[in-house]
Amino acid sequence: MFLYVFRRLLTAIPTMFVIVTLAFFLIRVAPGGPFNQERGLSPEIKANLEAQFGLNDPIWLQYFNYLKNLLHGNFGPSYNLPDFTVTELFANGLPISVQLGLSALALALAVGTVLGIVAALNQNKLGDYSVIALATAGSTIPTFVIAPVIQLLFGLTWKLLPIGGWGDGAWINKIGPILTLSLPQIAIVARLMRGSMIESLRSNHIRTARALGLSDWSVVVKHALRGAVLPIVSYAGPAAAALLTGSIIVETIFAIPGIGRYFVDAALNRDYTLVMGTVVVIAIFTIAFNLIVDILYAFFDPRVRYD
Amino acid sequence: MTDTAMTAPVVGRSLWADAWARLKANKAAMFSLFYLIAMATVCIVGPFFVPHQYTTIYADYVRTPPSLSAYPKPEMIETAMTDAVKRMRVDVKEWRQEGERVFITVTSSKPLDERNIRYLDRSDTFDNGKLESTSADGLTAVMSATIKQQYFLFGTDNTGRDLLSRTLMAGRISLAIGLLAGIVAVVIGVVYGATAGFMGGKTDEVMMRIVDVLYSLPFIFFVIMLVVFFGRNFVLMFLAVGAVLWLDMARIVRGQALSIRRQEYVQAAEALGVRSRGIVQRHVIPNLLGPVVIYMTLLVPQVIILESFLSFLGLGVQEPMTSWGVLISVGAKNIGTANWLLLFPAFFLVSTLFALNFIGDGLRDALDPKDR
Amino acid sequence: MAGETILSVKDLRVRFRTLDGVVEAVKGINLHVDAGETVAVVGESGSGKSQTMMAAMSLLASNGEASGVVDYRGKNLLTLGKSELNKVRGRKISMIFQEPMTSLDPLYTIGNQLMEPIRKHRGLSGAEARAEALRLLELVKIPDPERRLKSYPHEMSGGQRQRVMIAMALANDPDILIADEPTTALDVTIQAQILMLLAELQRKLGMAIVFITHDLGIVRRFADRVYVMRYGEVVEEGKADELFASPQHDYTKMLLAAEPTGRKAAPADTAPILLEGRNVEVEFRIGGGFLAGPPMLLRAVDRISVTLKQCQTIGIVGESGSGKSTLGRALLRLLPSQGMIRFGDKDLSKADRAEMRPLRRELQLVFQDPFGSLSPRMTVGQIITEGLLVHEPSLSTKERDKRAVEALLEVGLSPETRNRYPHEFSGGQRQRIAIARAMILKPKVVVLDEPTSALDRSVQKQIVELLRKLQADHDLSYLFISHDLAVVRAMSDYIIVMKQGKIVEEGPTEEIFGAPREAYTKTLMAAAIDETKFRQSA
Repeated sequence: MFLYVFRRLLTAIPTMFVIVTLAFFLIRVAPGGPFNQERGLSPEIKANLEAQFGLNDPIWLQYFNYLKNLLHGNFGPSYNLPDFTVTELFANGLPISVQLGLSALALALAVGTVLGIVAALNQNKLGDYSVIALATAGSTIPTFVIAPVIQLLFGLTWKLLPIGGWGDGAWINKIGPILTLSLPQIAIVARLMRGSMIESLRSNHIRTARALGLSDWSVVVKHALRGAVLPIVSYAGPAAAALLTGSIIVETIFAIPGIGRYFVDAALNRDYTLVMGTVVVIAIFTIAFNLIVDILYAFFDPRVRYD
Repeated sequence: MTDTAMTAPVVGRSLWADAWARLKANKAAMFSLFYLIAMATVCIVGPFFVPHQYTTIYADYVRTPPSLSAYPKPEMIETAMTDAVKRMRVDVKEWRQEGERVFITVTSSKPLDERNIRYLDRSDTFDNGKLESTSADGLTAVMSATIKQQYFLFGTDNTGRDLLSRTLMAGRISLAIGLLAGIVAVVIGVVYGATAGFMGGKTDEVMMRIVDVLYSLPFIFFVIMLVVFFGRNFVLMFLAVGAVLWLDMARIVRGQALSIRRQEYVQAAEALGVRSRGIVQRHVIPNLLGPVVIYMTLLVPQVIILESFLSFLGLGVQEPMTSWGVLISVGAKNIGTANWLLLFPAFFLVSTLFALNFIGDGLRDALDPKDR
Repeated sequence: MAGETILSVKDLRVRFRTLDGVVEAVKGINLHVDAGETVAVVGESGSGKSQTMMAAMSLLASNGEASGVVDYRGKNLLTLGKSELNKVRGRKISMIFQEPMTSLDPLYTIGNQLMEPIRKHRGLSGAEARAEALRLLELVKIPDPERRLKSYPHEMSGGQRQRVMIAMALANDPDILIADEPTTALDVTIQAQILMLLAELQRKLGMAIVFITHDLGIVRRFADRVYVMRYGEVVEEGKADELFASPQHDYTKMLLAAEPTGRKAAPADTAPILLEGRNVEVEFRIGGGFLAGPPMLLRAVDRISVTLKQCQTIGIVGESGSGKSTLGRALLRLLPSQGMIRFGDKDLSKADRAEMRPLRRELQLVFQDPFGSLSPRMTVGQIITEGLLVHEPSLSTKERDKRAVEALLEVGLSPETRNRYPHEFSGGQRQRIAIARAMILKPKVVVLDEPTSALDRSVQKQIVELLRKLQADHDLSYLFISHDLAVVRAMSDYIIVMKQGKIVEEGPTEEIFGAPREAYTKTLMAAAIDETKFRQSA
């Protein structure tokens, strides 16, 4: 097990390296730079700034410097918000994004699993069809349609929730974003759960359990459910990644100062270090989450042994 | 022997024919198919029949709500008239409406003539301006103009452009990108996946390791970077989208190719001495087609969503060109004052996505050989 | 010792709602089980024999429904409430299934699964249930039961899992044990052990056993009474001895006659040697990779030598994993191998794909699975003429069509079917198509890889006869790979017994069957052919 984690971490290194390199050079090949836009900067100031941030060095030197800094956990200063380092910006934005993301993930897994079970146990009945309809809608309607519709209904028409803003983390400000983030995932989890539960209920060992006269509770919960939950466990990794993507939209629409929103602004402003920082942080999160999920899987399934 | 050879053989029912029959029996999928065809036709042909250009700005009709009856509404005539007359720099003495024409009596400090009529014609509300009569000193005149009957079934946007023609144009773009980028993704995916699946061994291992690494990239972020940095052009747009979505296709095709290779009918062909080309042509491609078709129908909505997503962020198609994502983005910013700007494009996008999903599901049910 | 009737099934009907409408799988059958007796329900696939018992246990799939009466000691199981039913299921009537690999829950330990029904039905404490579980594992003769309690199903072999299933079924001392093809998925030697165990347990515990099976050998050695089913109906019933001695119904007669018979004479000593392998070796690499250590080498075929003469049939016998299929493929150069292989006077050992291609028409292969070996998107005509495209490319479409017609006639299929697709045929017909595909090239050597194993007995016999006729007509040589000794005995004149990649014993058929020398061969023969009864009925 330890060896497995070690091996996974080891294989994550080249992946991270590819990501950093690809992102670094992609930004640099692009036309434009952080200081040569319509900022009204005089050429001298621009030259000064570029020299200060080492932007005049050969590109490979900049690259190695960046890598070196990164290894020391230093993401560099933000070019666009010169008073802050990227790390400081993350200190503000990351907790917000992570809080939204994890709440949405928890909600999606809980609600989705329950809906999926309800549907599977009532296969081809009303309960099943309503869950299927909900799931189809949830996975078809994109986030950027759900979010404004939630704003329109709950914010403007019924005036139950604020239209946007973070409100220093007041819970009422979080409802809209979390709902928007989790709806598509609820749909996907419900579909997945329904399918795997139906398959699980049809499996031979369930027939055995019934033939042994075990109670419905034991058959469904102890034997069918545990096997059916496995695909959900492995879906949690991709789901977390999808939530990070969703955060871009949600943070933009609901005007929330998380890292998803930073990213779009930073990319538009050629804020190299902030763009790089976001990519690195998100890649780390994705990789770490997938690893956690895989380890968790081994606890659920005795057939999986990592060694 | 020759007798039997002459009797016409019974015609069999291929799996394709079976699948088609099953698809036809699937009401949701068939309805969706017709809906999608109708949607595509309306988007392609529709703009020719809508009397408004998607770029035309109607200054008199900014943020006009959708209506089935013609504009201008009675209360709007006066406003429009006052605006036009104000631009003539004259004063209204009185005005009246007779049927489809308005008659305006104006006075001015300078003599009035035909040239003043142009201001009426320039307005989006009036047409066929005429100088009915002029007073002797030329300082008072009666003008008349027809009220231009205009329909804005979906209303107009912030700058006074007809939303119907814009939605239809946006549909063309979104569907075209969906299809083109879908094809890009399928082609890359199939070629890559099939190569990996057939070469097998080390090549396969390396190729799939590359896919694994690409999978762990935060891809949306890369697409955003691509689009931001390299300008927002149409071609790049679907190249970027297609380049992201080929990964799933490659995995599916590789898996299928590997499993088909292991099938006994391929081993049987090898035992017959059939060359690789024959095996690919006669055994692999026909059996691979099903999953590819299914995945393609599920890919197109993903592409449309991704394009809309980028457009929503302002990174996609640029003004005055438009796509559903662009329209929804504008709509989202105006939900307080003009919710139709959100609702119409959102309905078009979502209903199309639904239709595509149902077709995809229907095709999967129809083609899935699990029942066999 | 026929006791009172404890289970009686009256006018049982089972229907399934399917996409093609309602299908009646069981059409109003009657049967009964007396205390302590062994009843066999015999039939081929699709006869409804399994569904009868599934319906009795309320285990039908969700699209199935049953009507009629299943009376167990005065209670109709079909109308019993869930909790009442669960006092009978697993307590008074229990069941074991065909698929030992999947019938246990993979996520729980054996101990956990064994203790669950014990605690449920008898209300024992954890410790008591654990002691009981241990006792049961000992009863079904699982070595080291203490350790096995903590094992997961995937850590055990198929035979051991079936023993655990039996232990679970017998945990509450039931009146009736229903065994649904309990040994079909197992190797012959394991089959015999499981059957012996069941017989012994029945002697000890005295429960009635209902045996659902297609295997008449098991019925003959095991059952007191027999029900023969076909198309959802019972066509004949009676005492086992009487039924075997004088079957009344035509179908029963056909089933009894379906055991392949006849023997093959050895070819003349002067017959030319066609295919020869010397010290053939095949190795597979398993696992390995980055940080996972070097791959494991599995020697699937270990220095085996075979000599096949014209008109000869060599039977290659072995259990799963013995390497018999791998050997067949290696001899045709479809797998990379070491050692010498000759065909006629050509050395194939170093031949690559291109060099092998012209020889392929003379060396053909027929597979086990008649569903997997035909491409589902090609017509039968296209399938059987594919080889002609390679070996006689000059043929016109019309000539190819004519050859297809001839080939279909030769294997006993109507040539009118040549534009149909494989899924429109039954298993036996499909195997005929696969044979036609090989025969159209007029080969000299055909490797038959379990060609009859996926088929019902009665169909098996027809295929065996077809293969014999083709051999006689065309002087073919066969390499007949099978685990089914009855079929091998009927087909071959020489036998090679394989185990774990090595030859255990070889010799002329009559010698191997008549006087096996090696212990392994003896167990194999005893398991398959021996006619002694497992149990003596009173």
